Amino acid sequence: MDKATFRIWRGDANEADFVDYETEVSEGMVVLDAVHRIQAEQANDLAVRWNCKAGKCGSCSAEVNGNPKLMCMTRLNDIPLDQPVTVEPMRAFPLIKDLVTDVSWNFKVKEKMKPFTPRPPDAEDGTWRMEQEDIDHVQEFRKCIECFLCQDVCHVLREHHLHDEFIGPRFFVYAASLEMHPIDTENRLEELKDLDGIGYCNITKCCTNVCPEHITITDNAIIPLKERVVDQFYDPIKKLFRVFGG
Amino acid sequence: MASYETFDYDVLIIGAGGAGLRAAIEAATGDLKVGLVCKSLLGKAHTVMAEGGVAAALANVDERDSWRAHFADTMRGGQYLSNARMAELHAKESPDRVRELEAWGALFDRTQDGSILQRNFGGHQYPRLAHVGDRTGLEMIRALQDHGIHQGIEVHMENTITTLLKTGDRVSGAFGYEREKGRFKIFSAKAIVLATGGVGKAYKITSNSWEYTGDGHSLAYHAGAELIDMEFVQFHPTGMVWPPSVRGILVTEGVRGEGGILTNSEGNRFMFDDIPELYVNQTADSTEEGWLYTQGDREARRPPELLTRDHVARCIVREVHEGRGSPHGGVFLDIAWIKEKIPNAQEHIRRKLPSMYHQFKELADIDITEEPMEVGPTTHYIMGGIRVDADTQMTCVPGLFAAGECAAGLHGANRLGGNSLSDLLVFGKRAGEYAAQFAEENGAVPLEDSSVEEIAQHVLKPFDNPEGGENPYQIQSELQDKMQELVGIARSQESLTQALEEVQTLREKAENVHSIGNREYNSGWHTALDLDCLITVSEAIALAALERRASIGAHSRDDFPEKEEQGAGKYNTIVHKTEDNTMAIRREPVPELTEEYEQIIEEMG
Ligand SMILES: Cc1cc2nc3c(=O)[nH]c(=O)nc-3n(C[C@H](O)[C@H](O)[C@H](O)COP(=O)(O)OP(=O)(O)OC[C@H]3O[C@@H](n4cnc5c(N)ncnc54)[C@H](O)[C@@H]3O)c2cc1C
Ligand code: SF4
Ligand code: SF4
Ligand code: FES
Repeated sequence: MDKATFRIWRGDANEADFVDYETEVSEGMVVLDAVHRIQAEQANDLAVRWNCKAGKCGSCSAEVNGNPKLMCMTRLNDIPLDQPVTVEPMRAFPLIKDLVTDVSWNFKVKEKMKPFTPRPPDAEDGTWRMEQEDIDHVQEFRKCIECFLCQDVCHVLREHHLHDEFIGPRFFVYAASLEMHPIDTENRLEELKDLDGIGYCNITKCCTNVCPEHITITDNAIIPLKERVVDQFYDPIKKLFRVFGG
Repeated sequence: MASYETFDYDVLIIGAGGAGLRAAIEAATGDLKVGLVCKSLLGKAHTVMAEGGVAAALANVDERDSWRAHFADTMRGGQYLSNARMAELHAKESPDRVRELEAWGALFDRTQDGSILQRNFGGHQYPRLAHVGDRTGLEMIRALQDHGIHQGIEVHMENTITTLLKTGDRVSGAFGYEREKGRFKIFSAKAIVLATGGVGKAYKITSNSWEYTGDGHSLAYHAGAELIDMEFVQFHPTGMVWPPSVRGILVTEGVRGEGGILTNSEGNRFMFDDIPELYVNQTADSTEEGWLYTQGDREARRPPELLTRDHVARCIVREVHEGRGSPHGGVFLDIAWIKEKIPNAQEHIRRKLPSMYHQFKELADIDITEEPMEVGPTTHYIMGGIRVDADTQMTCVPGLFAAGECAAGLHGANRLGGNSLSDLLVFGKRAGEYAAQFAEENGAVPLEDSSVEEIAQHVLKPFDNPEGGENPYQIQSELQDKMQELVGIARSQESLTQALEEVQTLREKAENVHSIGNREYNSGWHTALDLDCLITVSEAIALAALERRASIGAHSRDDFPEKEEQGAGKYNTIVHKTEDNTMAIRREPVPELTEEYEQIIEEMG
């Protein structure tokens, strides 16, 4: 069997550094397999999150050779093994230990957003009628597995640390899924503008590029939301209408 | 003295999958204080992985469907060992539970007229599974989570419960640790709902994650509750077999529901070779009829690929054993062939089975729209579990409830696909409702402090054990090998007796596991603690499998190929803890079906 070296970030918030581990690699292995092998054989206390091992739960986010990835979907034959493979935690979130970061901020952000609020049911049995083509784009947003890789790469969070003023791409996707939901009645545009900081996004598309679910975050969620915000708050003609239309 | 934080709740829910979340939402509808604990982050429980769909007789696609048909299918699938009352409640209530998810934001795929679309699945007579492509579980858990976070439920993520606390006969709280710092937490509660999922980690080849170590089963058992029918472990017929690192990862039955066929190395559709008597009338007798069924032809009968999972898994094992397997020890599952039948087949497959498409493309370099997949059985689900009252979901321990995969009764000897997600919703709600009622009707009981200190010591033991002690991962892996080999699809008196001995040896070894490092997010320590549960459920499974001297549903004995043991009638196996701390087993006859139930079953063919 071949061997490869994995340079894994070890330590906690106080002190941490890379540690090299050499381990056997075999056909079809993904980075998470290698990390697990190291954990089982050489470093029992290595901290790493995972659940599904199939790209469905969004637990195993990390930075592999500097690229934000799901470790369970990153195959070793796609990365050069003649040099050490670096595996680091997501850098936009505080480190707990090794590869595990404190992502609790994300859960708090969601809790503060206005929940789904449906219109009264269309049918007597309490159900609604929706055309498939009207929900296709919302279903795209609902594919999100909350891996927070998009949050990890967004410079507004990663470099500028504007966590208090900016909810990040994941939650623009969430906002879009609610705003464009055919039976939702709530309006979230004011919050998006004032509290959620949609204006900070300068459409670099880094988030879209890393999304393992291939959600077109920028084009399909953020830009349309920005347009709606502009329409509601800045479009002078519409504003006039609102004033007179009451 | 170990130190700990304490929390007081009216109702404590252990587990945040579909069952736990639904229970929590229900329990929180009044003004009770509800706590929710889970081992992973919120939204990452197994439910998120469910693919194919949730079964409910909405009758949106075929108006002939009804709760009666769903009831009859569930009973037949379970080989009539299911609790009939649970099967009735499940069939009657699941449509409302599914519709309710839409009110909380879920968006299922639609029919032409804009209502919830339903698809075919094994053992269901009509297209019955509401779904979202092949990511139904994600939709479900997200809808519950996003609704749940606004209901005033206190969530403790990444916390593991190791022990239930009792005061007298009643359950009164739970002891656990939080993963981040390894600190202890004590929860007192008037009622507790277990919703901890399954046991798949007891086996080497499994579709289940690290969380599935049978915690709820073990917690309940040690608290004095009974486990029933633990021998019925579902081996899903189609897991990935290649490459080795992904062995066991699930390939949804939805592939077959959309027209996928199983073939062997000779290119033969071997599922046509053996059709069980119970299903002869419902099964297609030509490939064309099978195809028409998957395309919604109401006159057609289902292809044999959509027979129940226990049967399909056994047929696959037979093909492999008899030398007709695929290169890596599975058989072929082919959906690409449908391009002979429909235009735009490739696009159709990618739309209907997007995550399967990606899974194979990214993990195995296989394009499922072009070539067949290689598949073989994988440990998937446990039908057996904590015995509960059908209506209230309470165990025999007052104040202790269970719902979802860790509870038992609905699925009998074999679960139909899609019947788990609906189970979670129906009985999660019921458990939440009756736990809340119990909490309202019964005051708080004080915790007994003395036991807590002892528990804390036990939990810290892996650190105190001498260095050079056992490696927890090693023991886990040995256990998985033994269970796979000795308590897998084919079992015998000999293999099971040996399994019980092996489990005993591993239990002794586990006493000496040593954890390195400190208490902070220490995966090795967590694995060491999970071993307790894993070993307990492994023993229960092997013991129950030894007790059932017959081959029925998911349980096959090489030495007892008959469906029923002579003169024994239908029975459930019941595992419980004796006063001297050993595991005992007994049988109880399955209650006779009432006339009404009999009639429904007959009528629904
Ligand atoms: C890959 C896959 C696909 C599937 N597809 C389908 C499908 O299409 N249709 C269908 O009906 N079924 C399907 N199933 C089965 C179904 O998904 C599961 O049976 C179901 O989701 C179990 O739900 P649950 O709520 O009982 O438990 P889970 O969703 O597994 O949740 C268990 C919870 O308990 C917590 N927990 C466990 N132990 C402890 C402890 N000691 N302390 C604290 N918390 C604890 C966990 O952290 C977790 O939050 C599938 C299963 C798998 C694995
Ligand atoms: S497009 Fe906007 S949200 Fe996405 S990474 Fe760039 S700045 Fe952040
Ligand atoms: S939008 Fe994509 S990258 Fe962001 S959290 Fe969701 S799945 Fe992950
Ligand atoms: S383990 Fe679930 S996404 Fe990687």
